[in-house]
Amino acid sequence: MPITYTSQEQVEVYRFSAPAAILIPLVALFLQAFLPLRLHFFSLFDLPLLVVIFFAVARRSQVSGMLTGALIGLLQDSLTHQPIGIYGIANTVVGFGASSLGAKLDVENVGARFLVTLFFYAVHEVVYFTVARGLVKLTLQWSWGHEIGGALLNAATAAILFTLLDRFKQRA
Amino acid sequence: MSRYRNVTILVAILFVQVLGLAVQVKRRSSADESTRVIRLWTVSAVTPLEKALVWCQNGLGGIWSNYVYLRGVRQENRELKFEIERLRLEQVRLSDDAQQARRLQALLSFKETYIAKTVAAQVIGSSGSEQSRSIYIDKGTSAGVDKDMAVITADGLVGRVLRAFGSSAQVLLINDQSSGVGVILDKSRLQGVIKGTASGEVVVEKVMTDEQVTPGERIVTSGGDQIFPKGITVGTVMKVTPGADLFLNIRVKPSANLSRLEEVLVITKKEDRAPSVAETNSVRAVDILTQRLPSVPDKPPAEASQPSTPEGSAAPKRKDAAVVDKSAGIPAVPGVVKPVIGHKPTTARPATGAPPERAVSQPAVSPPGSSVPSQPGPSQPGTAEDKPH
Repeated sequence: MPITYTSQEQVEVYRFSAPAAILIPLVALFLQAFLPLRLHFFSLFDLPLLVVIFFAVARRSQVSGMLTGALIGLLQDSLTHQPIGIYGIANTVVGFGASSLGAKLDVENVGARFLVTLFFYAVHEVVYFTVARGLVKLTLQWSWGHEIGGALLNAATAAILFTLLDRFKQRA
Repeated sequence: MSRYRNVTILVAILFVQVLGLAVQVKRRSSADESTRVIRLWTVSAVTPLEKALVWCQNGLGGIWSNYVYLRGVRQENRELKFEIERLRLEQVRLSDDAQQARRLQALLSFKETYIAKTVAAQVIGSSGSEQSRSIYIDKGTSAGVDKDMAVITADGLVGRVLRAFGSSAQVLLINDQSSGVGVILDKSRLQGVIKGTASGEVVVEKVMTDEQVTPGERIVTSGGDQIFPKGITVGTVMKVTPGADLFLNIRVKPSANLSRLEEVLVITKKEDRAPSVAETNSVRAVDILTQRLPSVPDKPPAEASQPSTPEGSAAPKRKDAAVVDKSAGIPAVPGVVKPVIGHKPTTARPATGAPPERAVSQPAVSPPGSSVPSQPGPSQPGTAEDKPH
């Protein structure tokens, strides 16, 4: 399995230029809002979540990861008609978890990225459903088929998308 | 202490967001919910991009479909012409029914809500979440769009405006869980509430299990919610099963394709008014009853071709576009004879000054595919066609 345990010194930390750090989440949000109108199946994807995982794993900083997650999540909430904070909380937890994992494991290859995204997609959905049902009292339906399908699809997309986004990385 | 620094920050961020959620959930119960600044910023940042992309897409699509890809246009044109003929014939029948309904409404001083003004808008984005079934349109407060305005398409109801920004607006679709529309079943006249489910289906609630509802029955808005005008098509009944708590579980197929919306109409102005007596050609109750009586033999053709009387030529024209008077100049279709209802001159005489339609007391002949009945049928009160949308 490509996931390998590394010491703190071996793990490379990356940073991103300001335009990349701002534009990548905005483009992800824009595509997430625009494409489902034309391609209905696209609503299964969660591009903002993938961007959160990518930034968190690359930066390997828990504070940076959770702040990125919170910010992207809040922006995602703003486009819905539901209370602001549901996606915010879910993405904060994912950002914290992904950056914690990234600090300990080498998750730079395709297989590792697939598994990490699969895991954090599940975490995201569990947190989202818990908050939406428990705090906001939304009536949501949990469908195992839908969740597993979504997790596999997003994980496969992450494996490709992260390779493209690697071009924006800069060594810290 | 520094060991727990990050966890502390995590807890702090989560706590702030939970606090924010709690405040919003508490405030949602109040009627006046103001728009959050972050929502305004995000929408302002995303919608210009969406508008630009839709504009480019439409431009390229227009060039392709209007100048390049014209295969089958001739055949389509033939079919459309045939369809226009068929619809004209149907229009004659419906305008008779509508005119009769207006007369009755005037007699009863019956007030009805009319759609007075609509604004066409383009769909530019969605919420991006499966849990929030809402869309964004490219018209906002600057175009007269405001909160709680009904949104429709030619096929049927879409939803209502949830938030209006300067140049865009968020529309809550009828298949969202938090939406609710007062509806009436067309045949059985049962009233209910249409709601969305978590999986995006549309169901009618609050119909008792002892009521008779059949699949295929049309559902229209009841107008009771004061948001949607009465008579807008919502969908058709797909499946009826006994549900919980003595209510039926009625699944509905929405008339408008909610997953493929491109252009919509926002109803920006409604009017409550009753048809005036002048609008109905000064018809008295006795005139209506006369129509139901056996008809007097028709006048000879020479008399029928006399110029129209002032009564006929002065027939007032309504502003509403959906219900077109017979006086709007419907051309006669060869081989089709309009059925004679009675001896009332206004029913068979156009008011445009053109020679009056000849009334012949022989069986009506309809072309193949025509939906005009050979005998006058009963009026259909309550159907959407009777009402001007």
